[in-house]
Amino acid sequence: MSNDHVIKVEGLTKMFGDFTAVNAITFEVEKGEIFGFLGANGAGKTTAMKMLIGISTPTSGKANVAGFDVFTNAEDIKKNIGYMSQKFALYDDLTVKENITFFGGIYGLSRKEIKEKSAVLIEELELEKAANKLVGSLPLGWKQKLSFSVSLLHDPKIVFLDEPTGGVDPITRRQFWEMIYKAANQGTTVFVTTHYMDEAEYCDRVSIMVNGTIEALDTPKKLKERFKTDTMNDVFLKLARG
Amino acid sequence: MKTILYIIQKEFKQIFRNKGMLPIIFIMPILQLVILSNAATFEVKNIKFGYIDNDHTSTSRALVERFDASTYFNVLTDFPSEALASAAMLNGEVDVLLHIPTHFERDLQKEKYNNLGVTINAIDGAAAGVENVYVTQIVQRFNQNLKIDLFQISDQQIQPTSIQTIPLFWYNETLNYKTFMVPGILVLLVTMITLFLSGMNIVREKEIGTLEQINVTPIKKRQFIIGKLFPFWVIGMGLLTVGLVLAKVVFNIPMVGSLPLMYLYTSIYILVVLGIGLFISNFTETQQQAMFISWFFTVIFILMSGLFTPIESMPNWAQIITEFNPIRYFVEVMRMVMLKGSGFMDILPQLSKTLLYALVMDGLAVWSYKKTS
Amino acid sequence: MKRFIGFIKKEYYHIFRDKRSLFILFGMPIAQIMLFGFAITNEINNVDIAILDHSKDVDTKEIIHKISASKYFSIDQLIEKESDIETIFKKGKVKAVLNFEKDFGKNLIKDGEATIQIITDATDPNTANTISNYVNAILAQYQKELNKDVTIAYQITPRTRMVYNPELKSVYMFVPGVMTIILMLVSAMMTSISITREKELGTMEILLVSPLKPFQVIVGKVFPYIFLSIINAVVIVLLSIFIFKMPVQGSLFLLALESILFIISALALGILISTISATQQTAMMISLMGLMLPVILLSGFIFPISSMPLPLQLISNIIPAKWFIIIIKGIMLKGVGFQFIWKETLILVGMTVFFIGLSVKKYKIRLE
Repeated sequence: MSNDHVIKVEGLTKMFGDFTAVNAITFEVEKGEIFGFLGANGAGKTTAMKMLIGISTPTSGKANVAGFDVFTNAEDIKKNIGYMSQKFALYDDLTVKENITFFGGIYGLSRKEIKEKSAVLIEELELEKAANKLVGSLPLGWKQKLSFSVSLLHDPKIVFLDEPTGGVDPITRRQFWEMIYKAANQGTTVFVTTHYMDEAEYCDRVSIMVNGTIEALDTPKKLKERFKTDTMNDVFLKLARG
Repeated sequence: MKTILYIIQKEFKQIFRNKGMLPIIFIMPILQLVILSNAATFEVKNIKFGYIDNDHTSTSRALVERFDASTYFNVLTDFPSEALASAAMLNGEVDVLLHIPTHFERDLQKEKYNNLGVTINAIDGAAAGVENVYVTQIVQRFNQNLKIDLFQISDQQIQPTSIQTIPLFWYNETLNYKTFMVPGILVLLVTMITLFLSGMNIVREKEIGTLEQINVTPIKKRQFIIGKLFPFWVIGMGLLTVGLVLAKVVFNIPMVGSLPLMYLYTSIYILVVLGIGLFISNFTETQQQAMFISWFFTVIFILMSGLFTPIESMPNWAQIITEFNPIRYFVEVMRMVMLKGSGFMDILPQLSKTLLYALVMDGLAVWSYKKTS
Repeated sequence: MKRFIGFIKKEYYHIFRDKRSLFILFGMPIAQIMLFGFAITNEINNVDIAILDHSKDVDTKEIIHKISASKYFSIDQLIEKESDIETIFKKGKVKAVLNFEKDFGKNLIKDGEATIQIITDATDPNTANTISNYVNAILAQYQKELNKDVTIAYQITPRTRMVYNPELKSVYMFVPGVMTIILMLVSAMMTSISITREKELGTMEILLVSPLKPFQVIVGKVFPYIFLSIINAVVIVLLSIFIFKMPVQGSLFLLALESILFIISALALGILISTISATQQTAMMISLMGLMLPVILLSGFIFPISSMPLPLQLISNIIPAKWFIIIIKGIMLKGVGFQFIWKETLILVGMTVFFIGLSVKKYKIRLE
């Protein structure tokens, strides 16, 4: 594997009984890029992602994430990645600070590191006033930003975001993408699924999944040229309608 | 090790922040221990007693008098007719009926022998047996005095040979039922609280989605399970402590045996229960399922524990089943150590079986927690 | 109405797709009835006892033989000295020791009187007392044989008739209790959990803004459980009739009606629990921890209510299970008609109305 490829997937397949959720997908993600993983609901995006982050064992194929094999070294992958699920998954009944401390703790950060990081994080998110409030009482946008920051706590090589901006307002979405850019600039690879086609334009490269297979993979610009359209939305519609 | 501390800290915060649950975890068990321990008694007293006196002589009245004097019977009414009496029986107003026939006294003097009708509501067979014994005893004592008191016949019989029995009730001279039930109910409460809490715990995180977030972290399976076990283990030990204090202060239950031994055993026992709970939690998809399964096993375990009914009276196959019942061992050990002062060697069989059980169940809990599906 | 039926269908799918819960739902009553019928008894038999015989003569041998022949006792060991008693009691297996005095047989012949100590492990007072009574009964029988020639004047003999359960089967006592406890816990627990579950997942709001009336939503949620509970009740009654030969003296129709009434009151209690708890966890803990022990202990299921202290007898009146147990025993075993149980029925109706009224009130407060 070349040093530039932090994710390398070959023929990765997941079957649930007779149903093939992910059908022999092959792609590579380069270090430091923002990789958009697009597809309609049910196209297999989340299933594919769960195989890459080591919580779902593939049926067949090969996949290497952050230098480790998903079949044999799933736990080593976990040390090197961050993950934010589409369902909000921090503890509603813990405060902002307590959530940061807990996740920092289980990633093995020292008390000192946790203290420093949470101070920075709270300041950046402008959550000073809410630091000791229960997370459950925060507005959705804040929760999403907080959970993104928490997934970056241990400075992972790659961060996986599963529809991170679902249900938030346009302003928050904008701020969220600024955070993504910032992380990418610091060298973190960002693997993001979305079904907002305008967001696809922000990615370095996108792949489009239809019914479990990857139908297209390129930079947004080249895809638009190839399908002779002005927006990613039209690219997507052309592909999805086959 | 540090990682485990973070989980423990988090679990404690979540438990103590849940204001709806705190009273259920801490107050309800205590209330139940104090109140319900008084309810569990097989003693038969305050028996609802009625009679039909068709004789109305001094003998029949003297006989009824005997029942009235007994502390076991609450003499209710003299029913004027059989019909009314049996209606009262159907109603549940009366459980024991005495039928004194007409010419009772006259026939007794003539024949030196007479029969007395007794009807007992036998739906509760065990209680009916006891009631029958009480009735027989009263009538026998009445017989002995009959000749002297009523007919003034001097005793000229030869003294019969007799075997005297001296009953000695060890460890509980007054046959106080609470001495028996309080340790048992304490066992139940500790078991139920720790089982239900641990049974719901992981599956709850599954349902709200936080478990997935944990699964993508590099945490080790055994760290996670130990971190989950520990807070409930502390709660269980805390409950035991409060329960023991109440047993002493409120019920004045004798505590003959060694407290450290009780704590040693309980500390292992709770690990068994928590292992079962977490195993159920891992193996189910919703809290509803988890609760249902825990409930099923709790009820079976309670019934087969010897807590309310003796194990040695069960048929062999059932006794073999109880060998796999952790509650059985806890009930036995608590009663043995607390009331009889049994020592380490006496409870060694129970202790080693429980330890083995703990290893198996906690192993299963770790094994069944799958970070990858 | 069409919408409403659609809604009930949805609830059915929820329940019937969950195979594990279904298994428990229907396995539970069967397992319990079987255990109570075949395994659990509050009688004693085969109790292990030990013998401490200081005399070892013909009489003691004969008595020991009689004791070991009885189905109540099995002789576990013979011990030699008093200090052994403590040791074996602490091990827990042996429940009683019979201690024959020295020169037992000689004393019996010479003085016409000899003594046996019945030493019991009274940590279980019921067993201890019963053991003591049974040993006394065996000795009394032996004494009678010794005194064959002596007649006693004036004898009144009680002729006891055990009604409703002549063979004193404990299963007769337990079936009504098992049925009650299962109907109560299944109905109350399942409804409270399934309603709070919708609250927790946020789907309750969706249902409430739908054109369905709140009343319909609740009835729709509860309806499948009425159906399930009825199946459970039928299974229990069939098992008790066909396996344990338990009679149904009274009207089956009346039994069915009363069971439905009790199921509805348990469901109403479940709804009430769901209005006061925010999470499934709380609902479960209230219905399990709050209901299980009180229903087992205060309903007259195992322990006779009339022997309890007065305050507890009063408390037992607010346990719906107590009234239902009286009703089932009345119909099944005593064969009574409605005129004998109308009071209990009325109390159950009253409780049901009370639970529903309180839920409606709590529910309104929440919506405002």
